[in-house]
Amino acid sequence: MERIPILKMGPFLLVTIQVDMHDQLALTLQDDLTAKISKERSRGVLIDISALDVVDSFIGRMIANISAMARVLDAQTVVVGMQPSVAITLVELGLPLEGVHTALNVEKGMALLNRRLEEVRA
Amino acid sequence: MLREAPVSTRIPAFLKSNEKEILQDWLKEQTGAATFRADLLKEKDLREESHTFLGALQTAAQGSIEDVSGEGWSGVKDFLSDLSRSRAQAGFTPSETATFVFSLKQPLFSMLRREMKGDAEGLVKEMWGTSVLLDKLGLFTTEAYQATREDVISRQKDELLELSTPVVELWDDVLAVPLVGTLDSARTQIVMESLLEKIVSTGASIAIIDITGVPTVDTLVAQHLLKTVAATRLMGADCIISGIRPQIAQTIVHLGVNLGEVITKATLADAFRVALQRTGWKIEKKAGERG
Repeated sequence: MERIPILKMGPFLLVTIQVDMHDQLALTLQDDLTAKISKERSRGVLIDISALDVVDSFIGRMIANISAMARVLDAQTVVVGMQPSVAITLVELGLPLEGVHTALNVEKGMALLNRRLEEVRA
Repeated sequence: MLREAPVSTRIPAFLKSNEKEILQDWLKEQTGAATFRADLLKEKDLREESHTFLGALQTAAQGSIEDVSGEGWSGVKDFLSDLSRSRAQAGFTPSETATFVFSLKQPLFSMLRREMKGDAEGLVKEMWGTSVLLDKLGLFTTEAYQATREDVISRQKDELLELSTPVVELWDDVLAVPLVGTLDSARTQIVMESLLEKIVSTGASIAIIDITGVPTVDTLVAQHLLKTVAATRLMGADCIISGIRPQIAQTIVHLGVNLGEVITKATLADAFRVALQRTGWKIEKKAGERG
């Protein structure tokens, strides 16, 4: 079955979405990710959506859901690499992803996660 | 009832036999008119245009001179719309442009009077036909002129839209969008697109939207602003709204618009200070300097 790989990088998990999301794939990702967060005791999740050109309300909601689930498991979520057209579409759809952290690219996303982690530790 | 058979007009024949005189008369009429623009048009060019038009008219009039929408008149019309376009672009007024056609009346009428001496009935009929024809062609020129001007206006509108929404780099990682004029949905879309593109290309982390030049803020404008802020945030950049004038602050509160957690500042300078702080820059004043 098709699966979205979840990579572990120190205390963080890295998810790169490069294929069209459909319901089953999204549910599998949610399962895998929550399982992995609790298994690895991860403190942050970085979701890279730079390869997504088109979004709909389903994907928007899925990202919000994943972020909420991660927060419950005490991990911060950062969505990175959003295309301008995707950002505009999400806003027009009325899904501004409140409560989800965002960053321009993976590098800045990692920096943000590290900063957050330090803040929590301090 | 006796029905009058359509009498074929004799104008084409007259035009052919009197070509030289008409052209001469017409040129005199055009260059002598108060609307003649010697500064924009050379007499040689005018002669050429007039000559071409008379030729086209002669060919077209061999069909019907009553219905100019027919196939036979397309040559004349094409010529006239080209002429109107070039005159509109050169800066002629509508009346100056239409005079090209209307000034042909006098020469044609004198030609008819010369040719049809003694036949009062026929003369009146031909004169009426010619007059109606030239009126139609004159109106056509004005319409073509108008269409050209409208093209210019719509192009300028588009250009204005793009010119009025620049995204400038204030500092490393800091962008500013000085908004001038009313903010409608079309403009918001353009502002949003150009701002987001710029964020991607510069990697900026803070964007300042300055609304000093926005005359009024109503609920719709506020909503557009909030949308832009939300989209910027999705790209991973923070947004500051600056240049909120006292009246606008009052309006926003009276309208019940909730700007939420958006950072707002009274002036661009304040917003810039916050942006520098956030990006880790510090500006120090040298001791002893004036200012």
